[in-house]
Amino acid sequence: MSSDILVIEAGRTEREYWKDLWRYRELFYFLAWRDILVRYKQTAVGVAWSVLRPLLTMIVFTVVFGKLAKLPAYGVPYALLVLAGMLPWQLFSNAMQEGSSTLVVNSNLITKIYFPRLIAPVSTVVVSLVDFLISMAILACFMAWYRVAPGASLLALPFFLALVVAASLAATCWLSALTVKYRDFRFVVPFIVQFGLYVSPVAFSSRIVPEKWRLLYSLNPMVGAIDGFRWAVLGGRVQISWPGVFISIGVVAALLSGGVWYFRRTERGFADVI
Amino acid sequence: MSDTVIQACDLSKKYVISHERQAGYATLRETLVSSAARLGRRMARAFTSPTQLEADPSHEEIWALRDVSFDVKQGGRLGIIGRNGAGKSTLLKILSRITDPTAGRVVIRGRVASLLEVGTGFHPELTGRENIYLNGAILGMTRSEIKEKFDEIVAFSEVENFLDTPLKRYSSGMQVRLAFAVAAHLDPEILVVDEVLAVGDFAFQKKCLGKMRDVARGGRTVLFVSHDMGAINTLCERALLLHAGSVVTTGNTREVVARYLESADEVYSPLREAVQGCGELRLIATNAMQDGRPAKFLDCRRPFSIFIEYEVLRVVRNSRLFVMFRNAKGEIVFGTCDYDDPTEQALYRQPGRFLSSFTVPGRLLKTGPLYGTVGMDVRGERVVFGAADVIKIELYEPSADTHSERHQRDGAVAPLLQWTMTPVADRGDQSPQDPTLVESSSGADLARK
Repeated sequence: MSSDILVIEAGRTEREYWKDLWRYRELFYFLAWRDILVRYKQTAVGVAWSVLRPLLTMIVFTVVFGKLAKLPAYGVPYALLVLAGMLPWQLFSNAMQEGSSTLVVNSNLITKIYFPRLIAPVSTVVVSLVDFLISMAILACFMAWYRVAPGASLLALPFFLALVVAASLAATCWLSALTVKYRDFRFVVPFIVQFGLYVSPVAFSSRIVPEKWRLLYSLNPMVGAIDGFRWAVLGGRVQISWPGVFISIGVVAALLSGGVWYFRRTERGFADVI
Repeated sequence: MSDTVIQACDLSKKYVISHERQAGYATLRETLVSSAARLGRRMARAFTSPTQLEADPSHEEIWALRDVSFDVKQGGRLGIIGRNGAGKSTLLKILSRITDPTAGRVVIRGRVASLLEVGTGFHPELTGRENIYLNGAILGMTRSEIKEKFDEIVAFSEVENFLDTPLKRYSSGMQVRLAFAVAAHLDPEILVVDEVLAVGDFAFQKKCLGKMRDVARGGRTVLFVSHDMGAINTLCERALLLHAGSVVTTGNTREVVARYLESADEVYSPLREAVQGCGELRLIATNAMQDGRPAKFLDCRRPFSIFIEYEVLRVVRNSRLFVMFRNAKGEIVFGTCDYDDPTEQALYRQPGRFLSSFTVPGRLLKTGPLYGTVGMDVRGERVVFGAADVIKIELYEPSADTHSERHQRDGAVAPLLQWTMTPVADRGDQSPQDPTLVESSSGADLARK
């Protein structure tokens, strides 16, 4: 039989936690699979929703910001600018919205079953990644339509994708743990998402922000991530501010480690407080 | 000690209950100020320990468990019993790592699977097939394990025809069967089960108990919490009795169960004067005894006696002291009186204090509560005295397997009778032999046993 010995004690940090995460790795897949399946059952529109959502938003933004407000696109079709900005943003905001309430929504699991709780917010990021991949297909179609070919900068795409995923993980860790104790955060999150949509360079290029404010602006971790993603996808036509990217990396790293720390610290009390 | 798989030492768990005072605040300003103060305190505490709270009159500490210690050896089956609120579920939660103890430690050797609720993780929108995978994964099975056992699980749950319909279309019985089927096929070294057998119909409960016995026989360690003493007796060889968070006793199942049942209710019930008297008779007390000990929970397989203490104030000629028993459904199960098989003293009643008793044979009555009405009447003419439901006893079946079905049958009683079977050669029209005449002792056996 197995010889793993487990000691449960008040206040004892689980050295086994990371091994447990590996042992329960299939749960990442299953929770994500469940959320995706449930989302598309009984909806008439079904899978098409993953396509329609980014498409419709792109159309609206292009018309409002490109045609009506006439914001500059710096040499790329406005639609592509918007779409390339929307993909990472939607990954982040979907993960944040679903992730912040995941523990509360799954409270029956939290109080009755043991599994490393970190799996819950991470699986919501996985679900958002799936949506993201579908939207990438749309982006590819549009780039073909506009005859804009990606350049060598495409090689940096995995890196910037990782940056966005890290930012999403950081947000979900913090918010899901906070929402367990302070249910008010459920109302705070939609506001952050709305606010963030206009503050981050989703519908416009961050070059319109005046130079002197650029560094402060980059404190928003999504600025560097979205800019970088856009640059990677659309090639050197869109300029990128490297200092902004580095600030973004720093902020995301700090938020992610803080988020994981806070989550692990409060995790023990979840079943009692939820 | 090398084969001890669970060793708990002084486990304690404290919960903090907040009492939100509903006192009407005088002014809005007061409400806002006190809310702001509370919020300030909470924010400050958010970055210290999240589960501790300062001494605050609106917070009460409750110790759900206090210094609980016990051992379980490999292959052992431990039943955990106790009244509601004794701390059984909290103990299981700590063993399952769902919540942390406040103090103490437990060392566990081996993989633990907990069944604290059936159907955890079931989603009504998904089909039965999808839910089997989901629930199995949540309980800790890998995808390949689930695939291997899929057919067994479906066969156990008997929902083959509905595998591809959404779970919300299932009846609650089907859902429970499916949930237990998945859980029953877990293969852990240590299985922890919390009162989940209290669902489903009788046939299903029997199946579940059987499956748990197979698991236990396979050398696994089982911890079982239940209120069904029959199931505990069948499945577990050792038991732990908890009361208000502390261990009362631990040891051989029969003894621990007996201790639990004894303490469950007060046994001797003195009666209220006003109700229990009239000019002719005053009822003083009633009592039930089995195996020489007073008891309210009686083993239905053994005889028990009812004692009635009363005072005859005025002699009524041809009076009979009777007791009528009814069950929880209100059906009269039987009635008995001291005139049926009378003694000298009953035939010629004298004034004075008396203790009358009768013995009910075992292997006759059904399990469940019985309420006895004590009265006195005149040979079936008029009732002189009556006290309704003054005797309250409950019969239980000590062994839950083959005999439990008898108690579920129609009928007010469930006698355990001796059947005989003999092959019949062609003997023309000879009438069959009456077994009670051939073996004349069997009739008396029924009363003696």
